[in-house]
Amino acid sequence: MTTSRLKVRVVADRCQGHNRCRLIAPTLFELDEHGYARAKGDGLVPPELVDKARLAASNCPEYAIEAVPVQPGQ
Amino acid sequence: MREIKPVADWTTDWDHLDPRWRDNPYPIWDEIRGGKCPIAHTGRYNGAYLPTRYKDVRAIANDTNSFSSRRVVLRETYPETGTGAPPITSDPPEHKPFKQLLLPAFTPDAIDRLVPGTRASCNELIDRFIAKGRCDAAQDYARLIPIRVIAKMIGIPESDSDLFVHWIHLALEVGITDPAAMEKVEKEMGAYFLGHIAERRAAPKDDLISYLIGAKLEHRALAEIDIIGVLRLLLVAGIDTTWSAIGASLWHLAKTPADRDRLIAQPALMPTAVEEFLRAFSPVTMAREVVKDTVVNGCPIKAGNMLLLSFPAANRDPEVFPDADKVVIDRDQNRHSAFGLGIHRCVGSNLARMEITVALEEWLKRIPKFRLVGDVAWSEGTVRGPRKLPIAFG
Repeated sequence: MTTSRLKVRVVADRCQGHNRCRLIAPTLFELDEHGYARAKGDGLVPPELVDKARLAASNCPEYAIEAVPVQPGQ
Repeated sequence: MREIKPVADWTTDWDHLDPRWRDNPYPIWDEIRGGKCPIAHTGRYNGAYLPTRYKDVRAIANDTNSFSSRRVVLRETYPETGTGAPPITSDPPEHKPFKQLLLPAFTPDAIDRLVPGTRASCNELIDRFIAKGRCDAAQDYARLIPIRVIAKMIGIPESDSDLFVHWIHLALEVGITDPAAMEKVEKEMGAYFLGHIAERRAAPKDDLISYLIGAKLEHRALAEIDIIGVLRLLLVAGIDTTWSAIGASLWHLAKTPADRDRLIAQPALMPTAVEEFLRAFSPVTMAREVVKDTVVNGCPIKAGNMLLLSFPAANRDPEVFPDADKVVIDRDQNRHSAFGLGIHRCVGSNLARMEITVALEEWLKRIPKFRLVGDVAWSEGTVRGPRKLPIAFG
């Protein structure tokens, strides 16, 4: 059995800088100087933050956040 | 004030100035949304549409080719000034540079620096009325918090606040049906800001007026008319919007002891609750001008009409928000559109969110138990919130 991990990504041309993701999961998302969001680092979500990652995705008013499972090494 | 002909049919003859809409618009939007045509139309205001479903509002907000922002307030007639208030009245491609100019001043980190001052300000306001055991929470509290914060950010004296409130009332309420009021506001605000701009050119300070004077828009300094336009936007959009959101949240908490007690017991719930107050009582409804014939959700939309982009109605759409008509302070899936959707997302959203949060936190610390003791009066038009909110405590 392979264990997949969750990876978050902000679709840049959808993000309008609402900053809800940063409010919900500041360890997973960061902002540029204009307040547009991007995933921190490689976007891989530590197991203890999976719920926060899903909440960030389901609260984005622009549907700009993808949270998808990836296989290790992917 | 102008007499409003009572509305007989909300789907074909709606009017947002009808007193029933002002006092309780939610059943009206529910009726339209649940009917045969969820995009209502009216012949009033020279023809205007009203979408009520979340997905229609979202589609329209994102279609800047068909829906222009050059007119963002629904009026009977429009002033021919041509100055606008960028970026809110701008379309692509002019919109982006103006927006980019303002965004750095409103990031969460920039706004965090204003928290201690805002907390102190809230407490100073509470000190004024707490011994009396009652207050008008709309006038004595909610109104003054954003005025103080935005006046300081812009760099204009808080002592002029009565003037600001007067201008906003003329621009966003009276001016819907009275073009003379609009002209008066534009003239007075223009002259007011010109004076402050001249002062800052001579002696810059750490404020937005000085920042705009020094800023470059595509390598060129901003024209004076654009600086005035931006300042007008920040002043008008920065006050009665947040005033309304704080007031509506306190109105709900005054009527709902269980939510109040829960927020006091679980302060970590506050950010989620604030988003829910923003959803349930979204204050701001912008307008668009239809500039190209199009079809939304099967409904033909004709150029030349206006359109009321009702984020508040979208936020009550049960297709997106289960129990949309209930205030659920721990609602954790909440893609509300209170700050708009698409490129015109409110530039001050982090500021508003901070002000609402701090205002409620400080209020609940000092006044944990309170109740409504009289009639509430709501504003009408573009921004909806309590303008009279009599509350007793202790």
